[in-house]
Amino acid sequence: MDNIRNFCIIAHIDHGKSTLADRLLDLTHTLTERESQNQVLDSMELEREKGITIKSHAIQMEYVYEGTNYLLNLIDTPGHVDFSYEVSRAIASCEGALLIVDATQGIQAQTISNLYLALNHDLEIIPVVNKIDMDAAMVEDVKDQIVDLIGCKRDTILSVSAKTGEGVPAILDEIIKRVKPPQGDSEAPLQALIFDSVFNQFRGIIAYFKIFNGTIKKGDKVKFFNTGQEYEADEVGILRLKLVPRGSLNAGNVGYIISGIKESKEVKVGDTITHIERPCDKAIDGFADVKPMVFAGLYPVDADEYEDLRASLDKLRLNDASLTYEPESSLALGFGFRCGFLGLLHMEIVQERLYREFDIDVITTVPNVSYKVHTTKGEIIEVHNPSGLPAPTVIDHIEEPVINAQVITKSEYLGGVMKLCIDKRGILKNQVFLTSDRVELTFRLPLSDIVFDFYDKLKSISRGYASFDYHLDGFQTATLVKLDILLNGEMVDALSSLIHRDYAYDFGRKMCEKLRELIPRQQFDIAIQAAIGAKIIARETVKALRKDVTAKCYGGDITRKRKLLEKQKKGKKRMRQIGTVEVPQEAFLAVLKMD
Amino acid sequence: MAGIYIHVPFCKKKCLYCDFYSIGTSSKISQYPILIEKELSLRKNFIANQRIDTIYFGGGTPSQLEPLQIDYMLKSISKEFYISHDTEITIEVNPDDISEELLQGYRLAGVNRISIGIQSFIDDELLFLGRRHNAQAAEQSVILALNNGFKNISIDLIYGLPNSSIDSWRYSLEKAFSLNIKHLSCYHLTYEEGTVFGRRLKNKKIEEIDESISIQQFDLLRELSIKTGFTQYEISNLAKENYHSRHNTSYWQGISYLGLGPAAHSYNGDKREWNSSSYNDWAQGIESEKPALEYEILDEQTKFNELLLTHLRTIWGLNLLSLKKDFNKTLVNQMLKSAEPYLKTGKLSIVDDCLRIPSKYLFTSDGIIGELIQIDD
Ligand SMILES: Nc1nc2c(ncn2[C@@H]2O[C@H](COP(=O)(O)OP(=O)(O)OP(=O)(O)O)[C@@H](O)[C@H]2O)c(=O)[nH]1
Ligand code: SF4
Ligand SMILES: [Mg+2]
Repeated sequence: MDNIRNFCIIAHIDHGKSTLADRLLDLTHTLTERESQNQVLDSMELEREKGITIKSHAIQMEYVYEGTNYLLNLIDTPGHVDFSYEVSRAIASCEGALLIVDATQGIQAQTISNLYLALNHDLEIIPVVNKIDMDAAMVEDVKDQIVDLIGCKRDTILSVSAKTGEGVPAILDEIIKRVKPPQGDSEAPLQALIFDSVFNQFRGIIAYFKIFNGTIKKGDKVKFFNTGQEYEADEVGILRLKLVPRGSLNAGNVGYIISGIKESKEVKVGDTITHIERPCDKAIDGFADVKPMVFAGLYPVDADEYEDLRASLDKLRLNDASLTYEPESSLALGFGFRCGFLGLLHMEIVQERLYREFDIDVITTVPNVSYKVHTTKGEIIEVHNPSGLPAPTVIDHIEEPVINAQVITKSEYLGGVMKLCIDKRGILKNQVFLTSDRVELTFRLPLSDIVFDFYDKLKSISRGYASFDYHLDGFQTATLVKLDILLNGEMVDALSSLIHRDYAYDFGRKMCEKLRELIPRQQFDIAIQAAIGAKIIARETVKALRKDVTAKCYGGDITRKRKLLEKQKKGKKRMRQIGTVEVPQEAFLAVLKMD
Repeated sequence: MAGIYIHVPFCKKKCLYCDFYSIGTSSKISQYPILIEKELSLRKNFIANQRIDTIYFGGGTPSQLEPLQIDYMLKSISKEFYISHDTEITIEVNPDDISEELLQGYRLAGVNRISIGIQSFIDDELLFLGRRHNAQAAEQSVILALNNGFKNISIDLIYGLPNSSIDSWRYSLEKAFSLNIKHLSCYHLTYEEGTVFGRRLKNKKIEEIDESISIQQFDLLRELSIKTGFTQYEISNLAKENYHSRHNTSYWQGISYLGLGPAAHSYNGDKREWNSSSYNDWAQGIESEKPALEYEILDEQTKFNELLLTHLRTIWGLNLLSLKKDFNKTLVNQMLKSAEPYLKTGKLSIVDDCLRIPSKYLFTSDGIIGELIQIDD
């Protein structure tokens, strides 16, 4: 066990974690030439397309240091706020962390939040300044920032370029010298923490674990502590780019198990694996449950696919522990699920993964945060769906979630950032100059004001130089209204939203305008109205189509015209019928497309 | 019964709105009739053993061909097929190409119907469209054709131009009806991809005409045609009694036709073929006796949809009795079910077992037909 090191790479988004992982894999010859490519651990198609890491990815390397063989388990983690749950679980399986800081950007909001996550788990932190090859690199300044932040010695900070490989070899040596080997006893009863899982079409459900104590062997009879389910370990092994079977794995190691698990719900991330005979007496502390930040309805485009959607969500959840869902139904969209997400990027990723990995196309409805409704009878109801709002007469008052937000910005953008936060109903709590030209602001803000477009606005105001991190921080009273959308007089429940009264008029007007663009002209006029209760606050009309004709339809035109009409009809079939009005899928997401 | 279409892909100048396949005029023209003859002998089996009721020289600009060349091609056809004195033989001509000699020559070759690409009787509009002729030449061309023995004259007009108005359209229409023509094709301007107009529209250099003016222009067309004894037998085609274009009509009645020349389309009830839209590929294909073409075999549903798409454009509509005879019940019933709301609002009618779109609703026919066609889930 003295020859094992478990470490993760953490940083703010885009600071170069995955690229650094590439270099470490090169140095340890972990991959064949054929396997290696840029950001190789971003193995999901979506990660490659978007150029960001979505999932933590563990991989084992072998390295010889001063004549001794070492096993190094590396976990690359995502940087985006929406995936911080991935980071926190990776941290729980490690004894050390490489904290990467981009030399051109300096310390950013997630540098700090991820650092604290690691410190809370007593991880050994090895700070690394990356991208020193770039002209804009400010290596010394950034080292100053790191010393200020962590209170470490300046000469313990490594400087590297993950791109050119300069300085990278020292990292491996430092890991071996500075990160503690895992504690634990291979002879003790088995105690292994499940930190992730995945559904594989060919192999079924695979669980990833870290062994805290004991040894697991192929063929062992094991049980999952919390669910009580028992299995035989059909296969255990270590994680390379692919799964590599092994006869047994000792305490301190990271690996996988395939054991004929039937249903997704049998595997819970955070559960402990132990032996049926000689079980451990206590489960490892799992992970704190994540609290979803936004909720939205997910409905199958093809209403017949409801059961498929449920099965797909079950499977996806294996690999995305932060996803929550419960059944709901809508008059406009039929049967679907109310899902909780950590943010809008997370929501987009879930939608994309359902499509790519499970071939299910879904409609998402207007997202909202969850509210606490206090009734006149003194009950408290959690509402995360506009239709779940009780009648106004029984509502005493409503509370909305608030967050504590840290914004780090260059001081030249301070004015703009302040204005943005205050416009979003923010209250400034604290302001510290980190260096002469960098400020950290702490704001208390309503969550509903930041989930939609705050991040994009912040980036554009600061030309990309401001970063942002947040945590839920209680509730406050809110004057909330339910805004309904009517099409030719019929309310469309899937388009209703819960919104602060001050924003309702503006929002209703924009919503109507956007819907007018998105709903195609039909054979009759379509009235689009926004209403609060019985009061109409905005209106637009989609004029009836009066010219819809092909001028020429001769020999050469017939095939083309037929194909066009067939395609249009297919498109229409995918639309939802609200009364007599046909509404395209995009319309249900109108709210996300408004500026 | 079948037709032959010969595409003549040569134009002196490309009109700004046009997406027909055409290339410039060149030495290729002289070889053209020989290639057509060869293509005919290679592909005649497509419509084997059928009587030829209509032959159509379309373009492009067929009036770039000499009468002797037309004569040559008609003779080639008559060697392979039976052509009677009754066969409709049409040539499309451009107003500024035609002369007495040319018209006499075409007539001697056997052409008995002439279709003149007038487009407008207003100079500004012709200029805007990028046509080679002016209003005076337009009018003269009709008179010239009449004086040279053509009784069956058709002209083309375009409405819905951004710079047109109800009055300018009335002017062109009245001018047309005042000349002794038998047939009139009126097309609303469309902005096709790949044309200069298509690009200008996309770059917002020109703006589409207001929809309400389009509609009024269409209504004016219906109104004036009734007054002058023309029947609007298809959305864009009008004729005096017994003078509807047999050729055009064959497209909407599912009659077979063989298309010759690059980009020409053919149909024989079960199959559609389309020649390569590259002059050189087409020509090489003919030379090497391996015609460069693509095809589609029509399944029942496709045939059904094409039938709706074509028949409902015409005054004759769709005969439901023969439809029920020719197609499976589910297709017909599903279609009739989709038709119900339109029958209620009068946008469709059934009279004497014929399903029709009444003429005042023809301007929304795509939407209606689009509902009636059937697709797989
Ligand atoms: N010039 C230079 N570019 C680098 C270096 N390291 C990473 N990059 C670039 O920075 C960008 C982000 O790199 P990634 O490795 O994907 O960053 P990441 O931290 O894994 O990003 P997330 O996982 O999405 O948080 C890529 O375009 C890399 O090519 C470096 O040392 N020098
Ligand atoms: S409109 Fe006729 S003449 Fe003009 S380019 Fe097109 S085919 Fe040629
Ligand atoms: Mg990454």
